Amino acid sequence: MPSDDDDPDAVPGARQPSWRALWRLKSYLRPYNRVLVVSWVAAFLGIAAGTAVPLVGKQIIDGPVGHGDLGGLLPLGLLALVLGIAEAVLIFVRRWSQAGPVLGLETAIRDDLYRRLQSLPMSFHGEWQSGQLLSRATTDLSTIRRFLGFGALFLVMNVLQLIAVTIVLFHMYWPLGLIVAVSAVPIIVLSLRFEKRYIGISRRVQDQQGDLATLVEEAAVGIRTIKAFGRSRHLYEGFDETARGIHQTSLAKVRLASRFFTFLEVVPNVTLAMVVLVGALAVARDALTLGTLVAFTTLVLQLVWPVASLGYILAMGQEAMTSADRVTEVLDTVPEIVGGTEVIERPRGHLRFEGVEFRHPGSARPVLRDVWLDVRPGETIAVVGATGSGKTTLTALVPRLIDVTGGRVTVDGHDVRDLTLPALRSVVATAFEEPTLFSMSVRENVMLGHGDAGEDDVREALEIAQATFVYDLPWGLDTRIGEQGMSLSGGQRQRLALARAVLGKPRILVLDDTLSALDVETEALVEEALRRVLADATGLVVAHRASTVLLADRVALLRDGTIQHVGRHPDLLATVPEYRALLAQDADLDPDRALR
Amino acid sequence: MSDSWRGVAAEDKDHIPETVSLLLRSRSRRLLGDLLRPHKRAIALLTAVIVVSNAAGLALPYLVKTGIDSGIPPMADGRGSGTLLTIVAAIVGAALVQAVTRQAFLQLAGRIGQDILLELRRRVFTHFQKLSLSFHEGYTSGRVISRLTSDVEAIAELLDSGFDGLVTAVLTLFGTAAMLLVLDVHLGLVALLPLPVLLLFTRWFRRESSAAYRRTRETVALVIVHFVESMTGVRAVQAFRREPRNQEIFERLNADYREANTRGSRLIAIFMPGIKLIGNVTVALVLLYGGWLALHGTVTVGVLAAFLLYLRQFYEPMQEISQFYNALQSAGAALEKLSGVLEEQPGVAEPPRPGELARASGALRFDAVEFAYGEGPRVLPRLDLEIPAGQTVAVVGTTGAGKTTLAKLISRFYDPVSGRVMLDGVDLRDLDEATLRRFVVMVTQENFLFTGTIADNIGFGRPGAPMEAVVEAAEAIGAHEFITALPDGYHTQVGKRGGRISAGQRQLVAFARAFLADPAVLILDEATSSLDVPSERMVQRALRTILADRTALIIAHRLSTVEIADRVLVIEGGRIVEDGPPDRLIEGSGRFSRLHQAWVDSLA
Ligand SMILES: Nc1ncnc2c1ncn2[C@@H]1O[C@H](COP(=O)(O)OP(=O)(O)OP(=O)(O)O)[C@@H](O)[C@H]1O
Ligand SMILES: Nc1ncnc2c1ncn2[C@@H]1O[C@H](COP(=O)(O)OP(=O)(O)OP(=O)(O)O)[C@@H](O)[C@H]1O
Ligand SMILES: [Mg+2]
Ligand SMILES: [Mg+2]
Repeated sequence: MPSDDDDPDAVPGARQPSWRALWRLKSYLRPYNRVLVVSWVAAFLGIAAGTAVPLVGKQIIDGPVGHGDLGGLLPLGLLALVLGIAEAVLIFVRRWSQAGPVLGLETAIRDDLYRRLQSLPMSFHGEWQSGQLLSRATTDLSTIRRFLGFGALFLVMNVLQLIAVTIVLFHMYWPLGLIVAVSAVPIIVLSLRFEKRYIGISRRVQDQQGDLATLVEEAAVGIRTIKAFGRSRHLYEGFDETARGIHQTSLAKVRLASRFFTFLEVVPNVTLAMVVLVGALAVARDALTLGTLVAFTTLVLQLVWPVASLGYILAMGQEAMTSADRVTEVLDTVPEIVGGTEVIERPRGHLRFEGVEFRHPGSARPVLRDVWLDVRPGETIAVVGATGSGKTTLTALVPRLIDVTGGRVTVDGHDVRDLTLPALRSVVATAFEEPTLFSMSVRENVMLGHGDAGEDDVREALEIAQATFVYDLPWGLDTRIGEQGMSLSGGQRQRLALARAVLGKPRILVLDDTLSALDVETEALVEEALRRVLADATGLVVAHRASTVLLADRVALLRDGTIQHVGRHPDLLATVPEYRALLAQDADLDPDRALR
Repeated sequence: MSDSWRGVAAEDKDHIPETVSLLLRSRSRRLLGDLLRPHKRAIALLTAVIVVSNAAGLALPYLVKTGIDSGIPPMADGRGSGTLLTIVAAIVGAALVQAVTRQAFLQLAGRIGQDILLELRRRVFTHFQKLSLSFHEGYTSGRVISRLTSDVEAIAELLDSGFDGLVTAVLTLFGTAAMLLVLDVHLGLVALLPLPVLLLFTRWFRRESSAAYRRTRETVALVIVHFVESMTGVRAVQAFRREPRNQEIFERLNADYREANTRGSRLIAIFMPGIKLIGNVTVALVLLYGGWLALHGTVTVGVLAAFLLYLRQFYEPMQEISQFYNALQSAGAALEKLSGVLEEQPGVAEPPRPGELARASGALRFDAVEFAYGEGPRVLPRLDLEIPAGQTVAVVGTTGAGKTTLAKLISRFYDPVSGRVMLDGVDLRDLDEATLRRFVVMVTQENFLFTGTIADNIGFGRPGAPMEAVVEAAEAIGAHEFITALPDGYHTQVGKRGGRISAGQRQLVAFARAFLADPAVLILDEATSSLDVPSERMVQRALRTILADRTALIIAHRLSTVEIADRVLVIEGGRIVEDGPPDRLIEGSGRFSRLHQAWVDSLA
């Protein structure tokens, strides 16, 4: 029996899970109501048949056997056979019909979880490791599936069976019935206590498993860096610590569960002893027939299993509750960035920043403040600023990967927040500073947002980005590129990401330092091609190099979180010392210093 | 919708061809044996405990029978209840013995199971870390995560409940059979009649479900891979309105998984009631035949009661056995995957007898090196190169020329297809990993920051380095200023993959990290590409002092870097087309001179 010597469930501040989250997920079963009714009915009838078999046994012992009535034996024996077959068939019906709803539930929640995650903004994804999200979409969901599918049914069935058998027992001989009923009391009391403690431990194990997944993820994604420094050992230590944590918590869980489960088994057995004692005494006094006693003991032993498995099922229920809690935690996260209702019929690409402020949640200093910038349709503006000055942040505001915390960004006079997300994001295309590729075919990577693009469009985009090398890959455009495009060279990755951005001729093209990994000659070729694209598109080009700045009609200098100067490159170079400091490479060109 | 989005690759890591499945079996068995071996004694103890526990459990019906047959008659004859009380005491005793042993069993089994899991996690993790990049490129992080989470959990499930179920079922099976025969041979034989059917049925189930569960593991791995990748690249997903298509793909993978799962649970839906059916038919048979026997006084009512009880005990755990198979099949499939990973040999192997290298001066040599990625074309056709200790070499060339490849060979991310790469005259293949990494460190083109603070990330270069050393490294390369301007300074959390600092800042941190590592050979692959000009200049100034006494390979497209180099290598199509001091090359009329001119023009 559980004692209070070690209390492993002292988790401060953990969200107290409740049945509510689980109950809510149950609504996913609604489409299967019919099937569920069938399976529950089958379940009840199955219990009835199962309980009836020992009663037939009683009849046989008290009737034909007791009275030497050979003729009565066969029909009763056949009845037992029929009941036995019926029970098996009913169990089959229940199990077979359960598969659909239960797996349907799991699949539907997973689909919804994925949909929700795709709609949650960058700020959410910046905080959540994919490992944590993954453990919710896999481990937690199958825990819920197992409980709602089988556990819940068994829970109800076992309790019903307990009640049904107890009633039958009362009916047969009440003193024995009473003994059996009383034996249920300690079980109930203990189950409630057990529930509270188990919940704490199981949540902790689940969280630790999530942490472990995170570590594994970093160790896998960062493998190059780890290898470059030979730091496997260092990572292993972190991993090992968490793995040992899981080991410890799981052991505590095992200890708690073992005590509880054992208790659940010992109670019916002791009850059996009492039944034999009292029953035998009663038979001796002729208060009870021998057949009834046999039936009684059979029925009591029949209860051992449901009662003992009650422990497992309750444990399962706890875990399912914790899991449901973890899943709804994500499902309930409201996407902060949702689309408006407007669409632009014929976008011209007039981009304006009007008094824009951006502040990371919880940070005192805004990254951007009072930013005013007007990019006229067809115009290209270069954004120049020191490392960490907020250029990437500024570009992320346009397709609403993040939202302004003050002021507004407009496209053709519409606040971007009033546009539907697909409408906005089909007007704006971005090439990010990190290429962000997927382990899919080259074609799929390039056509990421344009499922309907034709072969010629793809070729044109690849040509602009000087990325026609992909045609020489082993399977051409169908070649799968490694995760994050790691089977390509740095410059190749960047050009592929650029091709993706220019595909479909977006009205507004945002290039975030996208030429940094290109050699001078390739860069010149790409710039040449881009110049044609930017001739009629609106462009926002983040640049660290003068060569890239020359793509733009005007330059905006971002400094101290705001745009301090806007003007033509030569003018700024001549008049603004900060700009000159940022872009002029005179020092490098100084012949004595350049070549020592 | 077809599968074409995934694209074609040379090999598919998820597919397990049927033909080799036998081999896989034995490979998994080996792993399992390996994991269990250290627990031999505990398992022996466990077996003893479980035998006692089951014996006590088995004694119960027998005691009930004795109670009915020999406890009641004396009382009916008025000879008191002594026998009955003894028997009841025995029942209570048996129940207590069973309880104590069962608890001991659960705890012991739990401990062994958890120990095995810990060991398995450690092994697989370590092995993944040991495997070379060529492996990881094809495998993807999603699969790594899937191995270490969902597959390990499948095995945990087996150890948690399955093992218990199996042992109990098998022991009960034999124990009960024996008891039945002891109680009454004829009735016992009748009761055991369906046994062959039971065994055949179980075999059928095992075979069928094996295929079903393998399919489950395969499909869930695909779900995981797609999930992880879309979450990792969610920025691009959202910006390019990829959500609907992703959703479509995900739902299909998810449906495949559901399909596989459905097949598994349908099999159980047949198996479980099937067992029940066999059990119930047996009960009816025993009732009929036993009733007939009892009628003729051949068996007592107590024996009949005991039979009914035993049969119940016999078939209930049989249900449990399907649970076990369930767990076993999932775990078996998982084990196949895991043992597959563990048997994977690192393409870049540790030397059996590592060469000695106490101190490296940093002299590098490429001796007729040829290299290709996998089956692909020769990226480096034939390369001979000598870099004396202490030299700073700039490597330039068009993108995709093979610069990074060259650097990766020096870091021994890959081994050359033929020829040798040598450090201080020792073939890199003869150096163990620890030695090599002490002397050669590379800042890769794609720098990766770990979740944690800036100090943690710089400290990664030299774990255990004191804070002063970390600050010093940051100061040396000019990152100190921006770090101290952050709200929490060096203790600022960089967030997932360093997402809370800017790209340039990430590069500075990665740079500081390499500086802290203090290697004899430093390789910088585009390490300043995202920096603004003043920061880059600052780094270069720092490099002048840092590189004074070490060998360095600097890959850069911005030729400003060249100014600190002693020597320039121009690479085209994997060949060195020019080699010499920068000023001489600039004055010449070759490739580099043109490149340099183009670069100077671009600055205007
Ligand atoms: N989640 C965050 N919480 C707090 N601060 C952040 C967060 N993300 C970014 N920052 C800070 O915002 C500033 C601007 O970052 P941003 O990525 O926009 O810079 P950038 O101008 O693009 O720099 P680079 O040229 O290096 O790419 C940085 O100083 C960074 O530290
Ligand atoms: N892991 C890989 N698997 C297969 N092919 C690869 C892999 N890495 C690089 N390649 C190919 O090898 C060639 C050389 O690549 P490498 O990365 O060495 O180029 P690079 O000179 O560093 O170019 P960049 O300046 O763009 O970084 C390229 O054609 C590239 O596609
Ligand atoms: Mg940036
Ligand atoms: Mg490279």
